[in-house]
Amino acid sequence: MEHIDFSLVDWSRAQFALTALYHWIFVPLTLGLSFIIAMMETIYVKTGNEEWKKLTKFWMTLFGINFAIGVATGIILEFEFGTNWSNYSWFVGDIFGAPLAIEGIMAFFMESTFIAIMFFGWDKVSKKFHLAASWLTAVGANLSALWILVANGWMQNPVGMHFNPEKARNEMADFAEILFSPTAVNKFLHTISSGYVLAAIFVIGISSWFLLKQRSVLFAKRSIAVAAMFGLVFSLFNIMTGDSSAREIATTQPMKFAAMEGLYEGSTTSPLVAFGILKDSDNPNAPNEKEFSVAIEIPDLLSYMAYMKPGVFIPGIRDLVHGNEKEGIMSYFEKIKRGHVAIKALKDYKNALKARKTDKAEQLKKMFSDPEFLNNNFKYFGYGYYYSEDEDVLKDNAHLIIPPVPVTFYAFHTMVGLGMLFLIIFILFLYFSIKNKLENKKWLYITGIIAVPLVYLAQQSGWIVAELGRQPWTIQDVLPTIASVSQVDTSTVQITFWLFAVVFTALLIAELKIMFTQIKKGPKEGGN
Amino acid sequence: MSLLALQEYWWIIISLLGALLVFLLFVQGGQTLIYSLGKTEIEKTMLINSMGRKWEFTFTTLVVFGGGFFASFPLFYATSFGGAYWVWMIILFAFIVQAVSYEYRTKPNNFLGQKTYELFLWINGLIATVFLGTAVSTFFTGSYFYIDDMNRVLWMGQARGLEAVLNPMNIALGLAIFFLSRTLALLYFQNDIDDEAILKRSRRQLWGNAVPFLVLFLIWFGWLLFVKGFAYDPVSKEVFLEKGKYWHNLLDMPLNSIIFVGGLILILYGLFISMVKESTKGIWFTGTGTVLTVFALFILAGFNNTCFYPSAYDLQSSLTIENASSSHYTLTAMSYVSLMVPFVLAYIWYAWKSISSKKIDAEEMNGETHTY
Repeated sequence: MEHIDFSLVDWSRAQFALTALYHWIFVPLTLGLSFIIAMMETIYVKTGNEEWKKLTKFWMTLFGINFAIGVATGIILEFEFGTNWSNYSWFVGDIFGAPLAIEGIMAFFMESTFIAIMFFGWDKVSKKFHLAASWLTAVGANLSALWILVANGWMQNPVGMHFNPEKARNEMADFAEILFSPTAVNKFLHTISSGYVLAAIFVIGISSWFLLKQRSVLFAKRSIAVAAMFGLVFSLFNIMTGDSSAREIATTQPMKFAAMEGLYEGSTTSPLVAFGILKDSDNPNAPNEKEFSVAIEIPDLLSYMAYMKPGVFIPGIRDLVHGNEKEGIMSYFEKIKRGHVAIKALKDYKNALKARKTDKAEQLKKMFSDPEFLNNNFKYFGYGYYYSEDEDVLKDNAHLIIPPVPVTFYAFHTMVGLGMLFLIIFILFLYFSIKNKLENKKWLYITGIIAVPLVYLAQQSGWIVAELGRQPWTIQDVLPTIASVSQVDTSTVQITFWLFAVVFTALLIAELKIMFTQIKKGPKEGGN
Repeated sequence: MSLLALQEYWWIIISLLGALLVFLLFVQGGQTLIYSLGKTEIEKTMLINSMGRKWEFTFTTLVVFGGGFFASFPLFYATSFGGAYWVWMIILFAFIVQAVSYEYRTKPNNFLGQKTYELFLWINGLIATVFLGTAVSTFFTGSYFYIDDMNRVLWMGQARGLEAVLNPMNIALGLAIFFLSRTLALLYFQNDIDDEAILKRSRRQLWGNAVPFLVLFLIWFGWLLFVKGFAYDPVSKEVFLEKGKYWHNLLDMPLNSIIFVGGLILILYGLFISMVKESTKGIWFTGTGTVLTVFALFILAGFNNTCFYPSAYDLQSSLTIENASSSHYTLTAMSYVSLMVPFVLAYIWYAWKSISSKKIDAEEMNGETHTY
């Protein structure tokens, strides 16, 4: 392993995580609320009832406040790939840059053009054109999610590419394979539906507050009717896609899956931990491991959940690091050695070129198209960065390839638990809404209001599972963070980290204050 | 298409995006004029709303410019963004604060106060133009970086890109873009706002911005013609310094030179009819002229065996459209995507026409359902 400045890697990660998590406060609401608004406006256009227009405009105001800050945090993410992850940008830019550019061309212009009509076009274009603009804004927002999630899905499960030793980078080989990779499809569907759930809870929560205050009762009831129906459908869809995402992770990112489940020791009869508290392991031979101090388990269920059939071996963290011959699992130690061979072959190739040893260079170059080499060595390229001549150091390094288990475990369980809770909340609201019994249900209103911070917590948890759970990989098995980072002084990144933290926090406070004020004003006055 | 043809095609697209971006910086220029053009609250509101309906285009174009560069020339993305870290970070901060300012400025209980958001707009206007202009100038003057055989970047500039200010020519272009953006903003306001006082003030201010722009730009361009440029041998790919490289590029690419001169003439004509004939249509000519001129400058930087992002530290590390580009496959795939661009431009045009057919006036500001 070359000399690595871990503090630089950590601060660069912290900065990216900070930006992503802030961005992810605002985006899910945009994704879902845009559709809810379009649906409300459709009712207005169909019925001609001005009350529905007022309703549409109220939610649009909140949408606009949220949208602005989403845009502000979004631009940073795009450029941070370059500023803080420049080696990454070169190493996989040939593949990763494309969806980012398509996102801009296809989605951002659509979003920004039609959102202008949404806000400024009420008295200038026809009702139908305005309605179309509202729908197109929603489509644009969701298209942008599609492309960035295709890019993210590719990072989690890199497909459709080959390595070009001459350029020392990966290159795109099959665009369709990248776009339609099951990881990308699952990620997109699960993420956008989570945004729809968030938006529905947002609308229900705020409407519940109006009902609690006994203000704008009809407005609140109507909003709840639309949101609860929308939320219920996509909550079910979200649970389904969550399930298929987890199953997919079990095969493509087994370490992440083990961390999500807090599973150290693999077996064919692992239980599903519904609830658990982790503590440091008492085992003196495993100083870095955790174990459950409290756990509510459902016996034997994990194999079924992961593979839809019982008795399949689910590897634990220990199996993945140390290997499990019986189950045919290669150890991280072996993967590191194999990856090192690939990295060394690339270096030898470059040195041969420099020394003008053409024959040797040609020979080494050919290795990178030899299926055996690709399968035995190149597949583990990223692991090679953890190589050391010293066997003990190498073994220590292998433990750096384990994500933070407790955070991943808790975040995953928080997300899943809350996801189930939201389903119940939607059922309750829809039931009482259909029965027209929403009035005088203080307990229900309070549940709806409390659900709002919880849905944001669920969103953040989901993002933490996806991103922290795959550490240390920027590209699964191909490139770790230590080899992706830009060579900037750590102190420089620290300064920009704190600047971002201060600016984002100040803007978040501003956003919340403005949002609360507009909500308090209510639909009558707030409909601008 | 051959790889070189695709690389050229993509450099043309990047040049076009860059040119559109510089033109759309009129929003930024306008943000620095809020107080000098708007003396009353309603005048300020008209100015801000006039820009407020366009700012997202500048913003989105910047994002697409970045994304397009990433997809087509990823080595530039890795080199410039990871290297000139401070330059890009400062530009980004200026855009974060802009994005919320229009929407939050007059909203009640907005935490930072109306003046702060107006200050944010002013900061964005100043920094985005000066810094982007300075950054573009380094396409001609060079930066200090080294690229190793694995194509990893080591930035040698002590101030992570800010060292570009040590070259007065970079500053000259930065300031030229600043004054250009203000000039374009004045012309845009004349065309977009129906208000006598604003019109009068904007005409008066035109001289103070158009003249410095022209002087600074001509100094920069005059210097460019005689300076040693970064050329490379088309066969061996070896980079070397060539006296009068950009002058040679003008001679070698006559069509591009016609575009450049045509652009300059349009800029001058737009200014002439605005300043002398008091026309309000100047923006159409000066705006189009800006797009053409900047487009031609980008072509000058990247075509005819020229390094578009030169390294003054290590000549052989310089980026060219050949060594910095994506693969043949990716460029081809992206070229299909680029066919959507005319369609995108068409719907933007149609959508805007449908809501901007009438000029902004005080009456609309008081009656409009959504104002900033």
